[in-house]
Amino acid sequence: MNRKARFDLWTLLTLGLLILYGIFLILPMMNLLTKAVVDKETGQFTLNYFVKFFNTPYYFNTLLNSFKVTTAVTILTLIVATPLAYIFSRYEIRGKKFLQVLIILSSMSAPFIGAYSWILLLGRSGLITQIFKNTLGITIPNIYGFAGILLVLTLQLYPLIFLYVSGALKNVDNSLLEASENLGCSGVNRFFKIIIPLITPTLLAGGLLVFMRALADFGTPMLIGEGYRTFPVTIFNEFISEIGGDDGFAAAISIVAIIITMIIFLVQRYISVRKSFTMNAINKIRPKEASGIKRILIHAYSYLLVGISIMPQVYIFYTSFKNVHGTTFAPGYSFQSYTAAFDKVGRAITNTMLIPAISLVIIVFLAVLLAYISVRRPGPVSSILDSISMIPYIIPGSVIGITLLIAFNKPPMILSGTMIIMVIGLVIRRMPYTIRSTAAILQQIPMNIEEAALSLGSSKINTFYKITMPMMAAGIISGAILSWITMISELSTAILLYTARTRTLTIEIYTQIIRGNYGIAAALSTMLAVLTIISLLIFNKFSQDGDLSM
Amino acid sequence: MSVNIIIKNAVKKFGDNTVISDISLDIKDKELFTLLGPSGCGKTTLLRMIAGFNTIEGGEFFFNDKKINDMKVSTRNIGMVFQNYAIFPHYSVRQNVEFGLRNRKYSKAAIKKEADKFLKLMQIYELRDRKPEQLSGGQQQRVALARALVIKPDVLLMDEPLSNLDAKLRLEMRQVIRDIQKEVGITTVYVTHDQEEAMAISDRIAVMSNGEIQHVGAPQEIYHRPRNKFVATFIGRTNFINASYHSNEKLIKFGDFSFSAENLSVQEDCPVLLSVRPEDFIMHKEENSPLKGIVKDSFFLGLNTHQLVELNHNQQLVEIIRESSLENLLNVGEEVYLSIKNHKINIFSDDGTRNLIRKD
Repeated sequence: MNRKARFDLWTLLTLGLLILYGIFLILPMMNLLTKAVVDKETGQFTLNYFVKFFNTPYYFNTLLNSFKVTTAVTILTLIVATPLAYIFSRYEIRGKKFLQVLIILSSMSAPFIGAYSWILLLGRSGLITQIFKNTLGITIPNIYGFAGILLVLTLQLYPLIFLYVSGALKNVDNSLLEASENLGCSGVNRFFKIIIPLITPTLLAGGLLVFMRALADFGTPMLIGEGYRTFPVTIFNEFISEIGGDDGFAAAISIVAIIITMIIFLVQRYISVRKSFTMNAINKIRPKEASGIKRILIHAYSYLLVGISIMPQVYIFYTSFKNVHGTTFAPGYSFQSYTAAFDKVGRAITNTMLIPAISLVIIVFLAVLLAYISVRRPGPVSSILDSISMIPYIIPGSVIGITLLIAFNKPPMILSGTMIIMVIGLVIRRMPYTIRSTAAILQQIPMNIEEAALSLGSSKINTFYKITMPMMAAGIISGAILSWITMISELSTAILLYTARTRTLTIEIYTQIIRGNYGIAAALSTMLAVLTIISLLIFNKFSQDGDLSM
Repeated sequence: MSVNIIIKNAVKKFGDNTVISDISLDIKDKELFTLLGPSGCGKTTLLRMIAGFNTIEGGEFFFNDKKINDMKVSTRNIGMVFQNYAIFPHYSVRQNVEFGLRNRKYSKAAIKKEADKFLKLMQIYELRDRKPEQLSGGQQQRVALARALVIKPDVLLMDEPLSNLDAKLRLEMRQVIRDIQKEVGITTVYVTHDQEEAMAISDRIAVMSNGEIQHVGAPQEIYHRPRNKFVATFIGRTNFINASYHSNEKLIKFGDFSFSAENLSVQEDCPVLLSVRPEDFIMHKEENSPLKGIVKDSFFLGLNTHQLVELNHNQQLVEIIRESSLENLLNVGEEVYLSIKNHKINIFSDDGTRNLIRKD
């Protein structure tokens, strides 16, 4: 094929997408970098912000704190979820389907809601704390700070590892396990010698995802962290605080954060590439009945873990029907909180539907194009585009928020305070996931189906809309619903970008918790949960095998 | 140490579904014994019962006089080669081969010595530090064999080991497997659905269908004197012709054709089913046989030429194979006269369940 023939509509689209990313991602990032290294007063190049950050223990420690708690969360999720996924794929478990639904549900709410529920349960005057103190005389250890963040984020994020590992185990051929057993290695020994090495690339990929999510999470440390300050909280405070708010300094912290996540990402990639191998399971691992003590143990483990992780949501649901007196719960049940909640929400519900909906349309449209370009039109330009589109994967949500605010709060484009900037934030953050899942779908559609259409006289664009798109539809829709669920509970970008007119349900919940209106917060959370469950049900309709990819 | 395997009245059920109802076998020491049959006949199921991957719902399995029914997989001392080799992708060739020795707590020196020996035996010593991904199918097969044999198993089990290889490599590896098996001298149970492969490699074959053993015997016996109609069709190609047995003349007749059949295991007149291999027909242009037909089609396959001939007496099509020659090509529509190598004909009972020539 000659060069001229390749210059077609797709080339134009590629350039168009490059320009879009240039305006809404690359330029704002440059802007952020400039802010971080230019003194506000003098306009001179300076590294003072960075010096200040590293020389002030108060700031530097937030970074260490973030790093410590995030690493702990990542390791703990791996330790907790890998055996669970292994048990689920190797053994029959009573009510497995039900447990799987609960696992997914427990991961779908915003982490800070979990944090607030755990405070209600295990906090200073929490339900369980009181029960233990009054009946058994045992004082439950303080859950504020490191332990609380670890608890909340682990329970919130282990489902990601569970889903990743479950997927990977589907590609492990059962004969590998049999061969190992045949050669004298079975049970726990085999789990560590064969299973773990085989799924190492997946553990690394899942671990990275958990790491990025935990590192970027703003609400959890804000609510349950108390004195344990992590850097998303610091960035937020530095940027937002009315006295001494310093966007140059916030930009510098953001740059440090990006550098760290970038290093983590590259290390993960480096190890992952060396540990990976293609696997294709002819004989899939089939679950079998366990017997005796083993059966009891695996059931106990599964039910205990899933039970604990769903507990916050159940408790919130319960408290949403309790009577409220001022900011404390009172005996008796009513719809009091719901009535109050509806008075407060105002535009929040509409916003919660509208902002993610608009974002979703844009995301799906762009992601399909980008995935198509990267899979079907490989080349230097498309690989640059591909790399750029993946950048947001490693940038914490609050950093994206700041980046957009700094870039678009002055002419030529003043977007701050509008719904548009919230849409842009969501689109940028969610694009990498959608592009990846869409590309994966596209890779499964053989090229020769398109070639058949072309040979029958269909134009390239016609082929794309009439042949390729419909074949991808089910996968795209189920991917879109997952994006939707993530977006309606998004906090860390929105918390920076929202105004009174663009409040969402999630922000409203956060605000009510901060104000101590636990009843209203519970009612709103329940509404959000219902919305999530409905979305999941729709997802199940469209997903062929109920597989979730985050 | 190699062993003989005795299986008495084996039963396998998956839930309420009985896959194997009653199988007994006696597999001799150091022999290469093949379970042959179409997919779903229960051959792999039986192999996996021997290996211990499938539970045994009834009957007894012995290695010599040691009952293995309730022994763990890892203690049965079995070498197994899987259909897709099941090479551990995260281990190098050497690590794969050494894996079983490590689990058996050999000393470091012994592990190296034994592994080296089998790496060399299988001619993969040069590949020892490679990862499985860098190996071809045939090389992976060699690794799988080395890994299975290095642990000095009592029994070697092979589950369709050649089915993932291309035709040429399959012939080569078939020879390798047979040579190694004889050299190591190990009782081997081999599963395949490929009858040609089974005949080429085996000392004895058990032909299976519907969870039952149809015939156990040496390849020649199974081919020449199959016990029933199923075995005759599954092994090689054959033509079935309806005929009748006349007990007082001791003659088999169909159309105008007849031949004498002594020592059949029936006494009275009865309808019979003849099985004639395509290569056992002889075609003539001149009239020297009462069996007449018309050539309907002809396929030249190089070494042999296949002909479809319609028999005059009942319009049945029979397949005839003869060695290709330069001249005497038969044209479609031409009349031919057929004679048969009578001593090679198999005579089955009308329902195909018994071979009347056999004494069993």
